[in-house]
Amino acid sequence: MANNLGYEFKKGLWQELPPFRLVLGLCPTLAVTNSAVNGLAMGMATIFVLFTSNILISLVRRTISSQVRIPAYVVIIATLVTVADLFLAAVFPAISKSLGPYIPLIVVNCIILGRAEAFAQKNSILPTAADTLGIGIGFILSLTLMGTIREILGFGSIFGVKLLGSWFEPWIVMILPAGAFLVFGGLVALVNWISSRKTEKAAEAAMSR
Amino acid sequence: MDQKTLDTKEIKTAPTPEPPSQAATKLVVSSSPHFLNNESVPKIMHNVVTALLPATAASVYFFGWRALLLIIVCVASCLLTEYAFQKKRNKPIKIYDGSAIITGMLLAMTLPAGFPIFGAVLGSVFAIGVGKQLFGGLGFNIFNPALLGRAFLMATYPVLTTTWVWPRTMEKAVDAVTAATPLAMAKFEGKLDVPLMDMILGNTAGSLGETSAIAIILGGLYLRYKGYINWKLPLGYLGTIAAFSAIFWLSDPTKYPSPLFHLFAGGAMLGAWFMVTDMVTSPVTSLGQWIFVIVAGILAVVIRLFGGLPEGVMYSILFMNAFVPLLNKHTRPKVFGEARAQKV
Repeated sequence: MANNLGYEFKKGLWQELPPFRLVLGLCPTLAVTNSAVNGLAMGMATIFVLFTSNILISLVRRTISSQVRIPAYVVIIATLVTVADLFLAAVFPAISKSLGPYIPLIVVNCIILGRAEAFAQKNSILPTAADTLGIGIGFILSLTLMGTIREILGFGSIFGVKLLGSWFEPWIVMILPAGAFLVFGGLVALVNWISSRKTEKAAEAAMSR
Repeated sequence: MDQKTLDTKEIKTAPTPEPPSQAATKLVVSSSPHFLNNESVPKIMHNVVTALLPATAASVYFFGWRALLLIIVCVASCLLTEYAFQKKRNKPIKIYDGSAIITGMLLAMTLPAGFPIFGAVLGSVFAIGVGKQLFGGLGFNIFNPALLGRAFLMATYPVLTTTWVWPRTMEKAVDAVTAATPLAMAKFEGKLDVPLMDMILGNTAGSLGETSAIAIILGGLYLRYKGYINWKLPLGYLGTIAAFSAIFWLSDPTKYPSPLFHLFAGGAMLGAWFMVTDMVTSPVTSLGQWIFVIVAGILAVVIRLFGGLPEGVMYSILFMNAFVPLLNKHTRPKVFGEARAQKV
């Protein structure tokens, strides 16, 4: 059982890394990652909604008849998104302002409904918690990575701290939508390259054995 | 047709590897087209480089050695990027075919003379790396690599790419004082009185290769003489720009610049002769070419007159590049004997 939980947790970090392997949740990945802080905040808000909503869905999965499950899930998710939205607006007004409409848009983030459909509605609380935590942390790391790369190239800073000196001429394109697509494409290529190297190495190891 | 002559004179295209020693085989069986000519990719490309020489000379004359430095930097970084990509992908090294030289020259032609060197290197790496090699190399790129590099630089360094300097030859020229291009003056200051002769010769502010219309036309005519470009593409593009801008000019000559101004200002000439005519990124069918140049011409004028930017040639061509596969597919001429599917 513990082994199984470990697997459910770990798969979200690499094997099913949401933006780069599953290519899910692209709207926040592309839209709000123009700085590392924004990426991190978006990831935190998403993992909160993802974790709590999927736990709730896993709890009520037997009482909701399958014909009305999608509206029921959306109501649960929307409630939690409202909680996250109001919390951010009250505690971190600056971040809430810079993320703008993308916090309410977590409702339609396909990672959350996808996990609910694919996992939470078939599994009990513990595996669901492991699964959503893994996927959520993978999502946070991906968004923070995107935000870091774009912030370094686009502002010459990282988490608001000036990193590159005045000799660096910022690449304005990196904080524009076009830069999001360029960085995203590069990272997908990188992730695919690493995983194809991994399978090659595994095949070689199997051959030599 | 004598098969033996075919193997030496066969058209060589970039993606196909060199045919294995066919001298040993008696009968050469090759796929169509079988027409004979002794053109090859390097030959065409080197002729295009020759065609760019007048514009290069004009840019050095008007903007000084700094212009030559920019061109050399762009060409060198394009060649190096091409080499690095081909080496890394274990592909045959084809940097001598000259296509990267052209990309480098054309990219430099679109930059202002005072553009920093690191920016030129970055643009060249993007043009060849992302614009060409990521799509699979010469012949597979969707967008004109030089224009893509320029578009990237425009988004990356919006201030530096629009900081123009006066040419050395202008009377009021003081070294490295920022200037406005004729198009920017027309758009933001409403000044339409730039002397036409200055724009034709190149005695205005602007990027290296776009100022001297006459040098570009010379190069374009050389390409036409060699038969590498179809007259439809440059003349259709320029004709559309002239005709479409004439509508506005006739409606209000004090507000809108004249068609001649549109033809000789900015990148219209460079775009028409060297970028619209790019063999890889323009349609192959006649109807497709007409649609390509007419829509691109209209877009260029619309962007110039009503868009946020003073110049629209680059985006008009890049935009239409994206439609080339679609145009090629839907304007395919009917094969002899082919019957259209009957609608039931």
